[in-house]
Amino acid sequence: MTRSMTRPMKVVAAMSGGVDSAVAAARAAEAGHDVTGIHLALSRNPQSHRTGARGCCTIEDANDARRAADVIGIPFYVWDLSERFHDDVVEDFRTEYLAGRTPNPCLRCNEKIKFAAVLDRARALGYDAVATGHYARLETAPDGTVEMHRAEDAAKDQSYVLGVLTQQQLAHSMFPLGDSPKSLVRREAAARGLLVAEKPDSHDICFVADGDTAGWLHDKLGTAPGTFVDHESGDVLGTHDGAFTYTVGQRRGLRLGRPAADGRPRYVLDIEPVSGTVTVGPREALTVDRLEGISARWCGTPPTSTLDCTVQLRAHGEEHRAVITVDGDRVDVDLLDPAQGIAPGQSAVVYDGTRVVGSCTITATSRVPAA
Amino acid sequence: MTHTVDAAARRIAYLDHAATTPMVPEAVEAMTALLSTTGNANSLHGSGREARRVVEESRERIAASIGARPGEVVFTSGGTESDNLAVKGLFWDRRAQDPERMRVLSTGVEHHAVLDPLTWLEDEGGAEVELLPVDAQGALVVDALADSIARAPATVGLVTVMWANNEVGTLQPVEDVVSLAHRYDIPVHTDAVQAVGAVPVDFAAGDLDALTLTAHKLGGPYGVGALVVRRDLSATPLLHGGGQERGIRAGTIDVPAIAGFAAAVELAVKRRTEHAERMAALRDDLVSRVLVEVPDARLNGNPVDRLPGNAHLSFPGCEGDSLLMLLDHRGIECSTGSACSAGVPQPSHVLLAMGRDEAVARSSLRFTLGHTSTAADVDALVEAIAPVVERARAAAR
Repeated sequence: MTRSMTRPMKVVAAMSGGVDSAVAAARAAEAGHDVTGIHLALSRNPQSHRTGARGCCTIEDANDARRAADVIGIPFYVWDLSERFHDDVVEDFRTEYLAGRTPNPCLRCNEKIKFAAVLDRARALGYDAVATGHYARLETAPDGTVEMHRAEDAAKDQSYVLGVLTQQQLAHSMFPLGDSPKSLVRREAAARGLLVAEKPDSHDICFVADGDTAGWLHDKLGTAPGTFVDHESGDVLGTHDGAFTYTVGQRRGLRLGRPAADGRPRYVLDIEPVSGTVTVGPREALTVDRLEGISARWCGTPPTSTLDCTVQLRAHGEEHRAVITVDGDRVDVDLLDPAQGIAPGQSAVVYDGTRVVGSCTITATSRVPAA
Repeated sequence: MTHTVDAAARRIAYLDHAATTPMVPEAVEAMTALLSTTGNANSLHGSGREARRVVEESRERIAASIGARPGEVVFTSGGTESDNLAVKGLFWDRRAQDPERMRVLSTGVEHHAVLDPLTWLEDEGGAEVELLPVDAQGALVVDALADSIARAPATVGLVTVMWANNEVGTLQPVEDVVSLAHRYDIPVHTDAVQAVGAVPVDFAAGDLDALTLTAHKLGGPYGVGALVVRRDLSATPLLHGGGQERGIRAGTIDVPAIAGFAAAVELAVKRRTEHAERMAALRDDLVSRVLVEVPDARLNGNPVDRLPGNAHLSFPGCEGDSLLMLLDHRGIECSTGSACSAGVPQPSHVLLAMGRDEAVARSSLRFTLGHTSTAADVDALVEAIAPVVERARAAAR
């Protein structure tokens, strides 16, 4: 039994203006909860409308959320979290790239904004929970612990970006869409008279409105010329305007004049932010089977010592069988199924079957040499 | 299936009359009677003449109520249009006559319907806008205006100062403004949207050149207002078309709305003394009892020279947004007083101009009373305010 139906609660429904959060709010209200719709204003200078599937948080999105709240029949307010969002998500994103890492801002937003700043404010104002349109399932274990599981709709599963949530946060969260396929959610939105039923899903990073992350980073970080270096020979293969616009595993847009000796494509293997050196090499050099992580966050009781599990290393990425070893804040991950193109800064989310165990932020990757 | 609770079925304490106030029955009656009639007030046949008669009678009634001549009343779509017409239209006209007159003087506490046209004139029209300082209670510092004018009187095209502030309720020294400006033949516009029906407003006795009023703030319908503007002062129109309204404001005249507007103005002015006394008594009760419940709350604006129905209070340590939401949940409706900029509530420019910091500006609520307000509305607020403030404080920590 999903725990959202157990007793009527006062619920803040975070409404982005998209179809998922609108249906989530409608379901929470229909389940008998006292629901208030909240749109989070995350940008101080929102654009008037969005184009295609890029971005969110435009004034048009706020209006769509308001209209959905009207149709559902719940009160609606806009909360200004632009300052917190800027400090905790946008700045984090910028400084992580500057340090040569590849962060996931959606995870950071869930950790610091939606299930922290918003949840804290909601709780202080007398609400019991925050409901969102994320695709993930919550279940109450026999001991009362709230477990988070992958969504029924594997293609839409968003448990990865929620892997940073603690038991305390999960206990006050509600994901009414976890049991439903996306197609059903859209049909339900149409049946409920929600005009956002056909609105395209949002992709990419919401605060990079045009989807050009490299351009955004150049805009915020300027230029910092550096070199491309071959991983074996150490030869300088070319120059670039800023190591921060590259990410480990990247193949496109390197613009290396000289082809590799064997004619095969080259990939970014490593980024050294201080010298601005971007190391490139063949695809197989991207393969790693050991990860080191910090900032471990556990959804329930932390695992003691080692755990046989699976890990997911990027949003919508595949699962890798793994053994993790936990030491306080640190996590060592031994991958039984090697992974490719894993960058420091990415999050490793740990699963036990469908259940999310927790997550950590990858600080280093390595390949155990063949015996 | 929806879960809408009919607003009328809930017990609501409506404390936001400065945003809009219910229509008086007389205005509803006047309007509804005309909604099923036909006649363009500019047509030359009988139906047109009948419509025109209603418009002109309304114009006369409004003029008589506020000490103006009928020919001075130009109907518009409301306060925002009237302010735009006054600010841009008078500036353009004055500049056309004398290109030296590029300065427009105003205050930092004006409504956005004045401030935004001023900014636009600065950016697009070459105007030099000076927003003069106000004191800690939001009243114009008259000496600053005097100094500014005296620096180069021949370069001032217009002075615009509101009659009463829509947020904190402070009355402005409009009389002083007029006497200073007129010494140099500078026209004065005043936005009297909040003032008419609340304090004595007399266009001729005040020696004003242009005055904005609107129907829905005093018991009339939305979407209609007027710019009262002296006959010998021309304003360059914003809208060009059929030449209606002295050629200043083109567009087919909204006959029923104007009839409702006239009925509302007439009643508001007729009942003003008694209404203002009742509002002030309720308001004083509201303020003193809220201050008992929340001793560190603070009344903003001039405690005496203010709109009778306005109570504007800061609640230290709270976010106005949280307070508003919590009160709304209890059926108590008020305003943070500040405008939304691009969908995000901004700290009030009025409080910032009064020297308050951003935190104080964000901690404020405006409660405004009107003709349907009762002691029960005040009771509801007084009962709710302490727990609501406590909650909001916890949320802001």
